[in-house]
Amino acid sequence: MTDQTAAHDHHGDHHDAPPSNFLDRWVFTTNHKDIGTLYLIFSLVMFFVGGTMALIIRAELFQPGLQFVEPQFFNSMTTVHALVMVFGAVMPAFVGLANWLIPMMVGAPDMALPRMNNWSFWLLVAAFTILVSTLFMPGGAPAGGWTLYPPLVLQTGDAFPFMVFAIHIMGASSIMGSINVIVTIMNMRAPGMTLMKMPMFVWTWLITAYLLIAVMPVLAGAVTMLLTDRYFGTSFFNAAGGGDPVLFQHVFWFFGHPEVYIMILPAFGVVSQIIPTFSRKPLFGYSSMVYATASIAFLSFIVWAHHMFTTGMPIAGQLFFMLATMLIAIPTAVKIFNWLSTMWKGELTFETPMLFSIAFVLLFTIGGFSGLMLAIAPADYQYHDTYFVVAHFHYVLVPGAVFTLMAAAYYWLPKWTGYMYNEKIGKLHFWCSAIFVNVLFFPQHFVGLAGMPRRIPDYPTQFADFNAISSVGAFLFGFSQLLFVAAIWSSVKGKQKATDQVWDGAKGLEWTLPSPAPYHSFNEPPHID
Amino acid sequence: MFNRLCTPLIAAICISLAAFAVAPEAYAAWDLDMPIGKSTLADEIMGLHHLILIVCTVICIGVFGFAFYTFLTCRRSKGAKAASFSHSTRAEIIWTIIPTVILIAMAIPSARTILKIEDTSGADISIKITGYQWKWSYDYLDEDMFFYSSIDAASSAAAQKNSGIDPATVKNYLRNVDKPMVVPVNKKIRILLTANDVIHSWWVPELYVKKDANPGFINEAWFEAKETGIYRGQCTELCGRGHGFMPIVVAVVTDDEYRQWLEGGLAWDQTKQELIAVNLFQADEPADQLAAL
Ligand SMILES: [Cu+2]
Repeated sequence: MTDQTAAHDHHGDHHDAPPSNFLDRWVFTTNHKDIGTLYLIFSLVMFFVGGTMALIIRAELFQPGLQFVEPQFFNSMTTVHALVMVFGAVMPAFVGLANWLIPMMVGAPDMALPRMNNWSFWLLVAAFTILVSTLFMPGGAPAGGWTLYPPLVLQTGDAFPFMVFAIHIMGASSIMGSINVIVTIMNMRAPGMTLMKMPMFVWTWLITAYLLIAVMPVLAGAVTMLLTDRYFGTSFFNAAGGGDPVLFQHVFWFFGHPEVYIMILPAFGVVSQIIPTFSRKPLFGYSSMVYATASIAFLSFIVWAHHMFTTGMPIAGQLFFMLATMLIAIPTAVKIFNWLSTMWKGELTFETPMLFSIAFVLLFTIGGFSGLMLAIAPADYQYHDTYFVVAHFHYVLVPGAVFTLMAAAYYWLPKWTGYMYNEKIGKLHFWCSAIFVNVLFFPQHFVGLAGMPRRIPDYPTQFADFNAISSVGAFLFGFSQLLFVAAIWSSVKGKQKATDQVWDGAKGLEWTLPSPAPYHSFNEPPHID
Repeated sequence: MFNRLCTPLIAAICISLAAFAVAPEAYAAWDLDMPIGKSTLADEIMGLHHLILIVCTVICIGVFGFAFYTFLTCRRSKGAKAASFSHSTRAEIIWTIIPTVILIAMAIPSARTILKIEDTSGADISIKITGYQWKWSYDYLDEDMFFYSSIDAASSAAAQKNSGIDPATVKNYLRNVDKPMVVPVNKKIRILLTANDVIHSWWVPELYVKKDANPGFINEAWFEAKETGIYRGQCTELCGRGHGFMPIVVAVVTDDEYRQWLEGGLAWDQTKQELIAVNLFQADEPADQLAAL
């Protein structure tokens, strides 16, 4: 009901310029670009908050022995680092991109539900204010890992209900954001833009939005069960009352595995926009890319227990989840080959967004392959819960999702601000990131195979060398990200005006708009042939 | 602007590389792979690991090679002109089928190994292992033997924050216990895992056995050691503040030694980190532990 009212109201406030009042523009805004900017700034701040926590972790792990933090605080750092990076940095960054780009790409004036858009952003801020405040509560921040496994998570101090509440609010925010994306894409495409003519970024976000709506309530259910187990005498996860702690893991990973794809499908969309631009060639195999994305999304619902091979699963379960997980390699391989074929026989230039996209394709391949190794159940018994897993998911998330976010920022910043960023700073940022991310994460494969469990604040001395290298890489990678801020600043306070086209090979409706893009994207729908 | 950013960055790299160069020699251990296995299933599991690793590496090299060849030849600065093709059904079918075949080829041996890992029948000895925050207990079901196994005093002292003790001076830092699990060589050992409080996970890398210990439930696993020796591992499921400090030590001994140990004739010497003969009449530790219950 409220959604409909909001949709009707917004037709009444089509102004061409943003409101001059700061509060009206940045707090009460219903404009997709301003909300997109808010999301992107929020996620950048969270990226540095979560990154600082990562550096605390890596500082402690630089050498054996405990030098800086107590084990309990260390556990809080790993837990909150993950929650902040997943829910505060990567997901909101993609929502920010969706806000900015989807209306421009489908030829709409704004998102379909602008007031809900505002509400979903501010809910997110509320959720993370609560989450970060748990660091200062008696008993400390949650320290049971971002996977929140009971019974350990039930030992959290005063922070426990706040953590659950924060997850609930954040979930509500994500669901609203997704509804908005789906409604916009389904109803506001320019005449002539059929589904199979949509840009890949729009396609991947459409599928991601359905994934979010399907799994965020599952996460909310899981944490609600934790809440009632702790305060209202239920025994969902307590064997003494007839429950089972492993049940939580099933419910969590039923959310958690699609969540992984929620963070990577829009990344696929971003590189599918950027690579054709700098190859000056259309995307290879557009329709197979769409089908591959859809099959990855479908498969993501039937592989969750590959995170749980060691929990004591029936043989049939292990075989099923092993095979289903291996299947995901097929559509993923199709995507990698399609991106390579897009570049093949192209006319390549290597501006910063292209460099980040190429690094994504290559380094994501490494992360994908270690994922395939983890799918092999008998070998996973050895890999499980070691640094090998840490290396694997950081490869898919950092040079995976995070690199595409940076690629996207460099690619569309000139359209957003109207000025080119400083290419030298961009390239320096790329090379530092691409080299140091490998110094940071590659050695973790080795210590994991050699037997180092994850989530330990201190380790046996034979793991010291690779951990030292990894920590050096972490600090270099972390501080290199200041170059990203410098590059963004160089575009915001830019000197060199961007053309409307920005990149000579770019195709798509957003490049037909002036740079910077007008406050309302398309007041007259463009026509697509 | 560019130069101002470059200088501190290069300085930072130099300083950190220098710091690394002076790291103590005692830490040198550049293991790149899983340890050589000492249990009957180890070679098979390691073989699967190597097989999938090789398959992945070869394909990876192919992908990287093709990509870099493309970057070198199809670039504007080399005067390349963009072609306009946008799909090739034949190519797409081929690169869907090839991975499928590879995956099926991988799945068959993997499935066979799972069946072996899960086959706990015909065990010679059954031991119930319980995880606690933050120690283990071992209960030999057919013997009068029960004891707790906690991290050794030397590791524990060095692992306090700013203890002033260099971990490099502690032998088997964080991988030594006061009382190890003792089992005979060449015998199928069935372990029954559970936990008293939160979830733990029991892992000994060289024995290639890992399984979660869930409170209120019992999980089964097994191993059969091929060689005598001391094998070390750690808890691998986050279990709170002491998660990094609940090691596992398995002493694999001969049948005779195992019998002697059961009868109290052998005990764990923490400083030497080996089983040594003790005076049978003073060896009352297992009984003490039982009384303490
Ligand atoms: Cu434990």
